[in-house]
Amino acid sequence: MPAMTTIIPFISPSKTPALPPLPRAALAPTICRLPLLQYRISAGFPSPADGYLEEMLDLNSYLVRNKTATFFFRVMGDSMTGANIHDGDMLVVDRSIEAKHRHIVLAVINNEYTVKRLYYHEGVIELHAENPAYAPIRFQEHEELQVWGVVVGTVSRFVV
Amino acid sequence: MTVASAIGTPQIFALVDVNNFYVSCERVFNPHLENRPVVVLSNNDGCCVARSSESREIGVKMGAPWFQLKELAQKHNIVALSSNYALYGSMSDRVMSILRDYSPNMETYSIDESFLSLNGLGGLWPSASAMGQSIRYRVRQWTGLPVCVGIGPSKTLAKLANHIAKKQPRFNGVCDLASMPSAQVDSLLANIGVNEVWGVGRRIGLQLHAAGITTIQQLRDAAPSWLRAKFGVVMERTGNELRGISCLALEEVAPPRKQIISSRSFGQLVHTLPELSESVATYMSSAAETLRRENSVCEAIQVFVQTNPFREQDPQYSKGITIPLPNVSSDTRLLVRAALFGLKRIYRPGFAYKKTGVMLIGIGPAAVQQLSLLPQHGAGDKSQRLMQVMDKLNGIYGRNTVSLFSAGSRKSWTMRRENMSPGYTTNWKDVPVAHAR
Repeated sequence: MPAMTTIIPFISPSKTPALPPLPRAALAPTICRLPLLQYRISAGFPSPADGYLEEMLDLNSYLVRNKTATFFFRVMGDSMTGANIHDGDMLVVDRSIEAKHRHIVLAVINNEYTVKRLYYHEGVIELHAENPAYAPIRFQEHEELQVWGVVVGTVSRFVV
Repeated sequence: MTVASAIGTPQIFALVDVNNFYVSCERVFNPHLENRPVVVLSNNDGCCVARSSESREIGVKMGAPWFQLKELAQKHNIVALSSNYALYGSMSDRVMSILRDYSPNMETYSIDESFLSLNGLGGLWPSASAMGQSIRYRVRQWTGLPVCVGIGPSKTLAKLANHIAKKQPRFNGVCDLASMPSAQVDSLLANIGVNEVWGVGRRIGLQLHAAGITTIQQLRDAAPSWLRAKFGVVMERTGNELRGISCLALEEVAPPRKQIISSRSFGQLVHTLPELSESVATYMSSAAETLRRENSVCEAIQVFVQTNPFREQDPQYSKGITIPLPNVSSDTRLLVRAALFGLKRIYRPGFAYKKTGVMLIGIGPAAVQQLSLLPQHGAGDKSQRLMQVMDKLNGIYGRNTVSLFSAGSRKSWTMRRENMSPGYTTNWKDVPVAHAR
């Protein structure tokens, strides 16, 4: 353990700049950047532009329209396989979108979050599965359907 | 505009505040919590720090120790949750980013409330209340959180308006004292106790009562000179603010910190030096991270230990020590070394310790490097790069991915958080389930 001693500064503190330096921008750990090659690779002489990276692709900008209102949910079950939503997929749910007929929505049913296709046409409100093994849920006039958000995408990962 | 006219310009503020913030965050992701009494407990599941309206109604008091509530909880089926600060922080960020769309001038006052300056924005909305309703609707729709909006010509009145919007359902969550007829303002203020005024605590409230001031209207109408003579300049200013003269400006940038403290009570009593050392090293690591985030360095550190004063049957001991650093630094390695050096000097065996903590003192900007003739410890380019890499790794892969070995890995002393909800918005492993059945 080195001795802990104070050292009297010989630089006058009045030289302190008035403003502290700007802090580093925070890292966004969820961003996955893939380089996009702007030019097609052709046979023959390579284009002098090859290797120039134009911009980075950000999966967030592809999947998320409104970051503030977007949440992720993990799918459990097989009732939506007809809409290519599989067990274990990650749902991208946007709360700022108004649910319309044919949207895939996240609804609250019996205190659980459930993913279904919204059928809202000519006064009939139903939630449909995308799998013939599951019957639709119909809502009567006095019943309330609580839509938590609209599903705007899914993300799957494969075992490799 | 000249400075003189700027001072005379009337101001207009909005205070936006999330109702029962911690409980509301939990409810967004757990529908089972709707319409039943819910409380959120402080660190170590000690006291109640947030209550749903149902819990309030059955008599749960703010700050009540949980062990005193257990009977009531059983009777009414109260759900008690440990605080999940990662969740609350991420939901707070969402709310604040929505609010930033409404006004370029905003002061984030706490995790769940913000002041907005509405100066010059009047033309964008039919009325301030219409803007308030839009904020309420959008925050609710986008995040699931309920907010109330108070509007007034001073921060104190905006805060009061928010209180009124919360307590009186007829306002539908938005109360604008700035454009309310004065007779209506008078009758509102005559019916609210002076303790509800921003900055009037219980103690000052008692003094005001003793001087015959019980309602907010009475405080507002008291002579400024009398308020100043009897209660000081701060109360005079509060009186002015209540009259609609704005004295408190929006603080958009938090002033740089003078000190950083990292300390917590243990989940269970701790006896040995190795366990205390682990906790001190952990707290210091987190304090050093905060220091670097603010681009600062410190000159000295303080470390303290404390037994549990509420266990009167136990021998009591508490002590702190300040260790000056050889040079200013923000290097976790040097700061932890200094803290452990201090801890060894104050540690006494034979006591049951309840709490340790560290404090960083003499904080200044990192840019001003004081040159030294002696070799530097925990300073310079190499140290800076190492710390940057450490912070980056911990930022990407989660807290404590990389830490000093002295911070240990057993952590038998960590916080008790027995009923914490998952990191719904902060951890891929914890995102909520959507059933497809």
